[in-house]
Amino acid sequence: MLFYSFFKTLVGQQVTVELKNDLAITGLLVSVDQFLNIKLDNIKVVEESRYPHMMAVKNCFIRGSVVRYVQLPAASVDTALLQDAARRERQQQPAGRK
Amino acid sequence: MEDHAPLEGPGIEEPLDLVKLSLDERIYVKLRGDRELRGKLHAYDGHLNMVLGDVEETITVVDVNEDTMEEVVRTVRRNCEMLFVRGDGVILVSPPSRSA
Repeated sequence: MLFYSFFKTLVGQQVTVELKNDLAITGLLVSVDQFLNIKLDNIKVVEESRYPHMMAVKNCFIRGSVVRYVQLPAASVDTALLQDAARRERQQQPAGRK
Repeated sequence: MEDHAPLEGPGIEEPLDLVKLSLDERIYVKLRGDRELRGKLHAYDGHLNMVLGDVEETITVVDVNEDTMEEVVRTVRRNCEMLFVRGDGVILVSPPSRSA
């Protein structure tokens, strides 16, 4: 749940999602769900010349499982809060996690 | 090996507790697809999803020369200020090697 909550705080930010097939898409984060599926608006493919078929696509839904990285705007990430949340998440779920 | 002793304190029961000790530390992450990351660990979960800061990514590419069939190993480096890494690509997490 930690990263779901985290991504919800980033809605409205500009992010770059790199997929496992190396396609990288920059866009405005519209929404995210518990599987970390992601909706992006106003998208732009990073190497447009390599993927010309994506030029007409303006927004998209990305299945969470095909994501490799999400590049985030460092300024909008509270790292102290994140570390605290990560520590707390470990305490709440001791031995057996789902 | 006395350096095991500190790891037997309270709260160290399972492998992920070792990752917890690396919060706010620089770590080395080996990923699928001959990728490696070095960066500061800000958050992780049970899937090994992570958020890393000041990341350096190293991708190892092997080019095969068509004529000589020689294999040329090439590394590509990229940097990123803040990066979310999906856990399903993670192979191992460790403190960075001192040479890095």
